[in-house]
Amino acid sequence: MLFKLSNENLGYDGGAVLHGISIEISKGERVALIGESGAGKSTLLSVLQDRHGGNTALIPQQPGLVRSLSVFHNVYMGSLHRHGAAYNILNLVWPRKSEIVRIRPIVERLGLGDKLFEPAGELSGGQQQRTAIARAILQGGDAVLGDEPVSAADNHQSRVILAALAETFPTVVLAMHDIDLALEFSTRIIGIKDGGIALDAPAAELTRSGLDFLYRQ
Amino acid sequence: MSEPRAFTTPSTPRYSPVVKTSMAFVVIALISLVFADISITTLDPWSEMERMAWGVATPDFTAVTDIVMVIIQTIAFALCGVALGAVGGFLLAQVFHIGPIRWGCAGVRAIHELFWALIFLQMLGLTPLTGVLAIAIPYAGICAKVYAETLEEAELPALAALPYGTGIISGFFYAHLPDVWVHIKNYTSYRFECGLRSSTVLGFVGLPTLGFYLETAFSEGNYSEAAALLIIFYILIATLRFWMRPKLVGLYVLVAPFLLGGGAAIDMANIVRFLTVDIVPAPLRSGSITAVETWENTKDWAGMLLFDQALPGMVATLLLTQIALVVTGVLALMLFPLISKKFFGRVPRLIGHVFLVVLRSTPEFILAYIFLQLWGPSMLPAIVALSLHNGAIIGHLVGRFSDEIRLRSDSPRGLNLYGFEILPRVYGQFLAFLFYRWEVIMRETAILGILGIATFGFYVDSALADIRLDRVMFLIGIMVFFNVAVDALSRHIRSRLRLSTQAGQA
Repeated sequence: MLFKLSNENLGYDGGAVLHGISIEISKGERVALIGESGAGKSTLLSVLQDRHGGNTALIPQQPGLVRSLSVFHNVYMGSLHRHGAAYNILNLVWPRKSEIVRIRPIVERLGLGDKLFEPAGELSGGQQQRTAIARAILQGGDAVLGDEPVSAADNHQSRVILAALAETFPTVVLAMHDIDLALEFSTRIIGIKDGGIALDAPAAELTRSGLDFLYRQ
Repeated sequence: MSEPRAFTTPSTPRYSPVVKTSMAFVVIALISLVFADISITTLDPWSEMERMAWGVATPDFTAVTDIVMVIIQTIAFALCGVALGAVGGFLLAQVFHIGPIRWGCAGVRAIHELFWALIFLQMLGLTPLTGVLAIAIPYAGICAKVYAETLEEAELPALAALPYGTGIISGFFYAHLPDVWVHIKNYTSYRFECGLRSSTVLGFVGLPTLGFYLETAFSEGNYSEAAALLIIFYILIATLRFWMRPKLVGLYVLVAPFLLGGGAAIDMANIVRFLTVDIVPAPLRSGSITAVETWENTKDWAGMLLFDQALPGMVATLLLTQIALVVTGVLALMLFPLISKKFFGRVPRLIGHVFLVVLRSTPEFILAYIFLQLWGPSMLPAIVALSLHNGAIIGHLVGRFSDEIRLRSDSPRGLNLYGFEILPRVYGQFLAFLFYRWEVIMRETAILGILGIATFGFYVDSALADIRLDRVMFLIGIMVFFNVAVDALSRHIRSRLRLSTQAGQA
């Protein structure tokens, strides 16, 4: 079992409060969290991240980039834990060829190849989002927790991103707002409404119209 | 605020706290003026001024021997001192939240570079290390504070996304430092400009920088040579951004230590004697430590220093500081329109800029030295020097700030524009800058004593001349206390009046 919550009340930093949450997510699952904005998807994701700690990568909604650093360095931050401080600082001042070779294909796949050495602060919102995704992919691990990682991507880009995430991580948990995409991509859908889990079912058993109730007042 | 007064018109105007505070400072300065010693004691100031003006008109660059070496050494001292101070300050900034570190930094920066130089001259002799440490130590204290404040203001969204297990150092260099790097770089290059001024002034106590040759030229009445040296100094400052390239800094810092020139060998025994004997209060040194009499003598010694030297020195320093502070303010308010787009066109502004740049680039110590040559020792040269230098700095900042004000299209012109539209809008910023300079003005006032004005530095310098280092340390300790107190008071007033401005700008 990768993630496990049993009958817990969750709430943090003024975020949404969820009551009586029980979830078990095992290795190999691709989970989409859906629900209205403010329903508590981000809260749930950050609790999952906190509990698991170790070997998961995070894609925050605000991409969490260092604006003055290049795309290369922002992506490299996904591997800071694999190197000593001296090597990291050397690579900060003078990018290592071996790291560029490692990072370039990830960034190129996400369509940012020509931006590799541009400051992240000068990119568009969508490009910044993809930089954060590239960072998570470089980091790797048992699972990725993503908060609306494709909210600023078009249909084609979204599929490229989701495919890349699914290839890298055995387990994927993403908050998503595009229901069609969620049904297409995930193996399991968890719907959040009124401070609790209103739906938890395999994606194959669900239809688009069957999920509409999550967004009704 | 107890009863409703919406329908009654107050018969007298009510003044805002900002105006009341300003009035209080003006009143204090006027009272100080009554007690201050202001006079012109030279017999014929006009003919001396004439000779100086003639010198400025006929600068003689050939009179300066080894001019290239002098420039190189002035830069080398600034580079070594500021580099050491900045690195030290950066490390201290990481532990700045620890109380004793913070207090230590405040104490260290309350002592003027020249006082540090005088202390190290006793300890290390006239060696390059004396000059480097005299700059590095106070600068480390200042940089530590500004770097720590800057790092605290960083936005850290990337910190939350760091992989589990990332080391503290790696996290700091990737997720924290880059966000504020530009500010740190800009502040450090501003510090280097200050360092050039400090390095120049250190020449007045014997180090081989521009100041040494300036002092010689002035005291021998070679005003053409002095003018040439000053012009070289201005060119150095004005061309800073052309030769101080980010890519070359590393190279400069590596080479600079070898260009400081030689000096007497550092005598370890001298350092040990300074630390263990010289600075111990005289009665304690000579008497038995267990004897009651020794401690009685020490008490008398401290009382004598406190009442006969520290107190009069402090009173004079405070009087002068308060007068100079208000004159600085008045000057700044008069000078800032010179560079403001709201008042003048291109050409007059350019002249205004040159005028302000010259005034604010010239160290107040050198200005005071020049006016002292003209008018003889009294508080007058100090007040004029401090006010011109600091007034130009604040005038420059306020002028730049006034350019950002948006006016309605039918706004008045001339004095009405100044009084009704601009002044009320810039006044808060102006006061914030002025209060930031308060502590600086006081530190400068104290040091001007070594030129012969009866402020704190006068007593320190006299004790030094008698080689009574115990007295020197005691007096400097008291001065640190006052300086830190003024800094705290300034912070208190700024927060009460809700005046804020970017740290380190003034």
